[in-house]
Amino acid sequence: MTSTEFRDEPFGMRVAGEGRTGIAGVFFALVAISLLTVFPLVWMVSSAFKTGTDVYSLSIIPETPTLENFRYVFTELPFFRYMFNSFFVSATVTVVALFFHSMAAYALARLRFPGRELIFRLIFSTLLVSLPVILVPLFVLVRAMGMLNSYAGLIIPAIFHAFGIFLLRQFYLGIPDELEEAAILDGAGYWRVYANIILPLSRPILAALAVFFFLANWNSFLWPLTITNDPDLWVVQTGIASFQQQYRSAQNYIMAASTVVAMPTMVLFFIFQRQLVESIKTSGFK
Amino acid sequence: MSVLSAGEAAGTQAGRRRGAAVRPSRLSQTKREWVAAYLFLLPDLLGLLLFIGIPMVLSLSLGFFNVSGFGTYTFSGLANYQKMFADPLFLGSLQVTAKYVVVLVPGLYISGLGLALLVKRPVPLLGLFRAMLFLPNVISLVVVALIWKFLLVDRIGVVNVLLSKVGLGGRSWLGDPDLTLWALLAVTIWFLMGFYMLIFLAGLQEIPREYYDAARIDGAGPWRSFRDITLPLLKPTSFFVLLVSLVAAVTGPQGFDLVYVMTSGGPANSTNLTTYYVFDQAFRYSNFGYAAAMASFLVLALLVLTGILFALTRGGRFDFD
Repeated sequence: MTSTEFRDEPFGMRVAGEGRTGIAGVFFALVAISLLTVFPLVWMVSSAFKTGTDVYSLSIIPETPTLENFRYVFTELPFFRYMFNSFFVSATVTVVALFFHSMAAYALARLRFPGRELIFRLIFSTLLVSLPVILVPLFVLVRAMGMLNSYAGLIIPAIFHAFGIFLLRQFYLGIPDELEEAAILDGAGYWRVYANIILPLSRPILAALAVFFFLANWNSFLWPLTITNDPDLWVVQTGIASFQQQYRSAQNYIMAASTVVAMPTMVLFFIFQRQLVESIKTSGFK
Repeated sequence: MSVLSAGEAAGTQAGRRRGAAVRPSRLSQTKREWVAAYLFLLPDLLGLLLFIGIPMVLSLSLGFFNVSGFGTYTFSGLANYQKMFADPLFLGSLQVTAKYVVVLVPGLYISGLGLALLVKRPVPLLGLFRAMLFLPNVISLVVVALIWKFLLVDRIGVVNVLLSKVGLGGRSWLGDPDLTLWALLAVTIWFLMGFYMLIFLAGLQEIPREYYDAARIDGAGPWRSFRDITLPLLKPTSFFVLLVSLVAAVTGPQGFDLVYVMTSGGPANSTNLTTYYVFDQAFRYSNFGYAAAMASFLVLALLVLTGILFALTRGGRFDFD
């Protein structure tokens, strides 16, 4: 950390010549803000190991740590079932969505056809439609299709989202033409170009999107809440939401259940941090 | 995909052996490209049409019907819309939503940009700080709501215990109608700020360092280079952030999820966001037609607000001359 590294940065309270104190100020501000930010999550994990009588104690380290809350959650509730449902739904949506979106993005970025701009704009404009505003008609439609209380109802409507198409299109626009042209001259059809050239090249972005889709679907609540009332089809989010309605005061159980639900997403985030961050950053540009 | 490969194989041979009698018809290279493109787009286009396009149109028409719980539809003209504007709960929910939007959009802009400026400078452990600040965003909103409900419990919850040590205790964050919307907004900003931080960070990293060097040589202080370089060059990012946060504030699922678990719209309807009220009317009282009418009003409001945003920022270019 030499002084030239940060001298170019004009932000913060530092004036010229005060580089080191400025950077120290930023550092300590970041320590304070980041600790405050993660405090609620640390508190959740810590409370998950506290007994019912200790759960409001102020110590971060549980005085009498216990695994009883987790045992309760997994044995008294069909929590494995919820987790299986969440995993199955999220994984299926992720795989199918990656496949469909990369196909659509390939066409939008690499092929010429009438209506391309219009179609892209229409797809893009669906980004402005969020689930709460179409919830009622979507429910009516999906019910009419006989998908109420079914995996199909949980999975199929969740697949279609413009974000992934948009991001993949951005990525495909940046691939050089030569590879594709050579393959087309060799007589390869578009499907082969897509499957043998485009897909292998898009591995990094597909990995990032896979994490992104999985997290989004694991965390989604409103749609599963709307489309299922059969407890066998509950996902973790609907499962814990109904659990807390019954066990309002048992905060140690609720925090243990929350920890179980949040842990996979936090672990995935720390493993795939860089990819995830890149895909979010790319989305800011048009 | 067999249709695609068959067409493709035929076309490929046709391209090589000109005029050969290959089925189906001898498509030209251009036409083959068209057909392939439409086939590639087909699954997603069908899905988006079926699960977003049609519901969007339906939501505008469903409001003209009375829908019973068993799915019988009776045309009711403007009845739902008339009922809407005479419903104090709906009008109240619009007020709550307006407050929520007016605080949330600037709140996310400021917190996102502020954090991005902090994590832009090279300090030790930078990657860790960025990750910690983003972490709330990967947690589900249900869990977020459960954690904060626990932290904000009256008297013995950790927030109140800590606040009472600095003489600010004794508040009922989720029980006092004057405070609960603020608590909800704080939790929402805590959850979303990391996302906007990353968007701003990407925008900041696009600004060439040379500009800042030149400004410093000319004797510009940090505030001037922020005002004259950073803000103007961040216009595209700012527009994106304002647009996305506006859509999220008016119609985003985060509002619904948090309200559903944390407050159920209370106390005294003080957090009854319109998105929550729509759900309540549809799925607790089975008033589908009425709920759809209210949702379409929300869409209209969002369209007007984005229109205003486009007009105020000159279509995102912020070009005022």
